Amino acid sequence: MNTTAVLPLRVRSLATSAATRLLPPEPLDYAAHRALYGDLPPVDGERLIAGVEYSGLSGQGGAAFPAHRKMTAVREAARRAGRRPVVVANGSEGEPASAKDKALLWLAPHLVLDGVALAAAAVGADRAFLAVEAGHGLGRYVTEVGRQRPSAAVPVTIVEVPPRFLSGQESALVSFLNGGPAVPRFQARPVFERGVGGGPTLVQNVETLAHLALIARHGPAWYRSVAGTTLFTVRYADGAPTVVEAAPGTSLEHLTGAGATAGQAVLVGGYHGTWLPLASASAAGSGARMYGVNAVTPDTGISAETLGVPLGAGLLALLPHDRCGLVETASILRYLALESAGQCGPCLNGLPRMAAAFSELAHPTDRSDMNQIRADLSRWAGLITARGACRHPDGSARLARSALITFAAEADAHAHGHCSAPNRPPMLPTAPATP
Amino acid sequence: MPDQTSIHRRPRRPAVDWTACQAHGACADLLPELITLDEWGYPIIADRPVPADAQRRARKAVSECPALALMLKS
Repeated sequence: MNTTAVLPLRVRSLATSAATRLLPPEPLDYAAHRALYGDLPPVDGERLIAGVEYSGLSGQGGAAFPAHRKMTAVREAARRAGRRPVVVANGSEGEPASAKDKALLWLAPHLVLDGVALAAAAVGADRAFLAVEAGHGLGRYVTEVGRQRPSAAVPVTIVEVPPRFLSGQESALVSFLNGGPAVPRFQARPVFERGVGGGPTLVQNVETLAHLALIARHGPAWYRSVAGTTLFTVRYADGAPTVVEAAPGTSLEHLTGAGATAGQAVLVGGYHGTWLPLASASAAGSGARMYGVNAVTPDTGISAETLGVPLGAGLLALLPHDRCGLVETASILRYLALESAGQCGPCLNGLPRMAAAFSELAHPTDRSDMNQIRADLSRWAGLITARGACRHPDGSARLARSALITFAAEADAHAHGHCSAPNRPPMLPTAPATP
Repeated sequence: MPDQTSIHRRPRRPAVDWTACQAHGACADLLPELITLDEWGYPIIADRPVPADAQRRARKAVSECPALALMLKS
């Protein structure tokens, strides 16, 4: 088996110990998995949740919600309702620029399946689903490797979901598993109470579950002491992404290999993320501020606390000096507008207008009123925030606002007919990676 | 001495099911102190509870929303 057969991916692990790394160099079958990580110790559900709380594990799918709180909510909702809950392992990455969940499922599928079994034990579930993004052969692959395992106490159904940006949103995933379209739903009652089959449902990202499998083996204190690593998808100007496993706080230079001259900005988190300016360490020092936001330097430790912005799904995209951040953002906003489920008025009306305005900012004509465009974008970003069934408009507004700040000088240049990257197509992908 | 009503009825706020709202605007007519409309006709809800003297109109706004998209949440 070889990684490039399924996904055009490079993978790099900075984990210090082979037995605690999420990304082994080669895909592990069940025998190799047991040989490397050892067998799962027997667990008690409630003690496991207490351990997860102590470990500090939070969701790795983007929202960074504390894992133990979700588990407790599901366990208690199930007790109140008098029915067994369902566990959904969420590997439907959706984000075209991100590949870390696909890499994890390909290289360490049994770590994820261990995590599913543990999560089921924690909440008392008797059914589980593992959702993977369609189009990469992952559904068949994980089903095949799953057959290597002894029959599980809790059966796991592998499901391929459409490779759309919002497919992995919690209520969209639940809707899809219930036989509906994979679009976000208005939730009169939250998924932890009323999810798959109308019952209490724990939706947890596959990386979170892989962490759970390591915490069960090495203990909550081990994870808490930052021995645990996180998965990032690193993107440079062109070509395939690199999935990097690194400890939180690892410097940008160590994590990406990017030196002081690597580029002008970094997109942190994903397409719902934040553009931050990239400055050289000597010129600025860490914690430098440019245009009123924190600039990243090669020696900045990559964590949500240091950067002051969410790490989201772990994307780090470096924008080189000869590319235009406005062109990139216009392209992403157009994609995000097209990926809107079109169900909520502010998103339905706001996103296409923002995409069109950003496109004009990126490619102005003689008649473009750049100040008016920027004012419109700021106003629309405010109007779409916190006014939808899901956070798609909120994330799109975050991206647009951060681009207006980080690429303010570029926008000024555009007003005078200059662009950093005239006639260059956008580098960041806006369609799912094809196998 | 706390207000009697606050013991029995927690303060409620208007909330919108955004997937149902069709921008009819009836809610803004009935509850102008809490609900205004954006440039596309969708409600902008003030971040504060329904005041005591607007409770009846708030319930009316909920029952008269043609799209059944408005609710009161504690």
